[in-house]
Amino acid sequence: MPALDHVTDSVSPALATTGAVTEIPASASCFEIEGLSLAYGDTPALSNLTLRIPRQRVTAFIGPSGCGKTTLLRALNRLHDLNEEVRRGGHIHLEGQEIHAPEVEVAELRRRVGMVFQTPNPFPMSIYENVAFGLRLQMSLKKRQRDEVIEWALRSAALWDEVKDRLHDSAWSLSGGQQQRLVIARTLAVQPEVLLLDEPASALDPISTLKIEELIRSLKSRLTLILVTHNMQQAARVSDYTAFLNGGELVEYAATDALFTNPRLAQTENYITGRMG
Amino acid sequence: MMARARFLHGYRGEGPGAWLAAGCVALALLMVVALLALLAGRGLAHFWPTEIELVTLDDGERFAGRAVREERPVQGQAMPVERLYYTGNRDLDGTVWRWVDVERIAMRERPADLVVVERRRWGDFIGRVVDRNTEAGHLVLESIDGQRLIQPLAEVHKIVYPNAMSSFGKLVAWEQGVWRFLSEGPRSANTAGGVWPAIFGTVLMVLLMSLAVTPFGVLAAVYLNEIAPQGRLTRLVRIGVRNLAGVPSIVYGVFGLGVFVYGIGGTLDTWFFSERLPSPTFGTGGLLWASLTLALLTLPVVIVATEEGLARIPEAQREGALALGATRAETLRRVVLPMAVPAMLTGMILAIARAAGEVAPLMLVGVAKLAPQVPVDDEFPFLHLERKFMHLGYHIFDVGFYSGDIEAALPLVYATALLLVLVILVLNLTAIFLRHHVKARHGALQR
Repeated sequence: MPALDHVTDSVSPALATTGAVTEIPASASCFEIEGLSLAYGDTPALSNLTLRIPRQRVTAFIGPSGCGKTTLLRALNRLHDLNEEVRRGGHIHLEGQEIHAPEVEVAELRRRVGMVFQTPNPFPMSIYENVAFGLRLQMSLKKRQRDEVIEWALRSAALWDEVKDRLHDSAWSLSGGQQQRLVIARTLAVQPEVLLLDEPASALDPISTLKIEELIRSLKSRLTLILVTHNMQQAARVSDYTAFLNGGELVEYAATDALFTNPRLAQTENYITGRMG
Repeated sequence: MMARARFLHGYRGEGPGAWLAAGCVALALLMVVALLALLAGRGLAHFWPTEIELVTLDDGERFAGRAVREERPVQGQAMPVERLYYTGNRDLDGTVWRWVDVERIAMRERPADLVVVERRRWGDFIGRVVDRNTEAGHLVLESIDGQRLIQPLAEVHKIVYPNAMSSFGKLVAWEQGVWRFLSEGPRSANTAGGVWPAIFGTVLMVLLMSLAVTPFGVLAAVYLNEIAPQGRLTRLVRIGVRNLAGVPSIVYGVFGLGVFVYGIGGTLDTWFFSERLPSPTFGTGGLLWASLTLALLTLPVVIVATEEGLARIPEAQREGALALGATRAETLRRVVLPMAVPAMLTGMILAIARAAGEVAPLMLVGVAKLAPQVPVDDEFPFLHLERKFMHLGYHIFDVGFYSGDIEAALPLVYATALLLVLVILVLNLTAIFLRHHVKARHGALQR
């Protein structure tokens, strides 16, 4: 396998000279995506993507609307399985294991690869029950142990201080930003290895956005984060690596600093400077 | 000025359309109010202890009775007005009604000693009590025209002196009358007495129907909306279900008779109750078959309401659960179904509203003209599903069309109709209260 299999052929010569992503060896990568193609019925959404996503780093997917970044994200926890129209080719390896292999349990995969959606989607239950939801599915804990995990998860999501006195209130009584952090806490409670974030701050106000971004940075030491965002500044602020997708293809993938300060391709430069998309 | 302009022209200038629409609402409200007022007025007045008139005619004949109404026999002609009196004493006179030409009435009095004796047989006696013999256990009664009779006290329900009563006493008597109507069984071929077995039968039948239809309909809706592949076949099934709601109810009655009563009931009889044959146990109409027939009738309503509720649940909720490692079954059970409970209860409310008023199918599958024993008692197995039962809707039909004395039956028809409306209202309110309670538990569910 060539050393640069994580970038598409069209951009590999350019990247080869900078070495921007050659610093992600297979041993340091969490996801290895090889030749991934995906189509909704007859409409192709992703074509022949190959990239590695580094462990315990923040990787951002950017690109114009409809470029396939959310589709790629949802492929990583097999959320497309629900849609009978979706056809897929290629491979996705999580820690060396093909996630589509028949012995992989999709529910367990989704526990390992948590996901936070664009609009906060807490369940219509209490704050406590929201965080306990995934836990209850995985294992039966004594109440005291469960309380500890829930406190830990809410602290990890920087929400504990705001909700500790009203854990049994409805989750829908929280503000949008709090709801989104609650959803993150809910996901953290089941100890995922990867956290997929699909524009997690796009429905939030600037201060809530800031809190989410701080949270993303603080979680990096524990797990791998993959962030889809429309907001270039956000990608620049929080991510270590950035992949630019357009028309279902991976255009450029590099360390965030390199990609934003010194894009290889004119297309990337046009996008990040706002002349396109 | 502003407010007045808005009042005249509607908000944002909807103009005459808005007035037309508002007028339609007003008309509909007016008709509902008129309906309830008619039922309440005619039905509830029946229990008021109206005073007894002692009437003397111009030829010296005297009789006692309650004035009911007046009528001009032929419209538009110069015929005398006739007044209808309820005179009671069926055993003495052979009739309880008397039409009298108003111009022939010489004198009307209201002596305080006139009595109305409600009896188990022969209906009311109107006249005077001559002697009260408590030891022998009978009353000696005398009608106005001098006929005497001996009335055993054991067969007397109530003795009332309406002319001697104060307004408060009348109110108490009215309340007692209403209460007895609600709490007692029917008498005199349903033209007197109460409707308690019919209330009980209606409510029990509706509850059993809800118990049968809700789980069945919810599961069907869950399959259609959550599990079945959304192909052409599913769409076809869905259209079929919706159209079932339009099938006339008597057709369901025929189906219930053929399948439940003769088919399943007949088979049950040959298997388990063969010692009682040829008299059927389950092979004849009964509470169970009536409930199941109505459950079938209301099934489409529950399926459609539940499906709409399921479809309203945001996909994000399902994905949120799946993304936490829940299987599809866990997602369904822990997230989707709890959120759809209000929709299921809406389905149940609609089902109750539809089922409680149905009469036609019941006539084929188990309603009875007279079943004074309610289907619940202290005899094992306590709930007797095979028994026939009374139903308010059918009671209205029976009293209205099959009683020998329509003048006596008519107020009961109104009262029973009012009661049926109230029973349905209470059943619906209970379900609505339940739904509200569930919604409150989920917090602000509507976003």
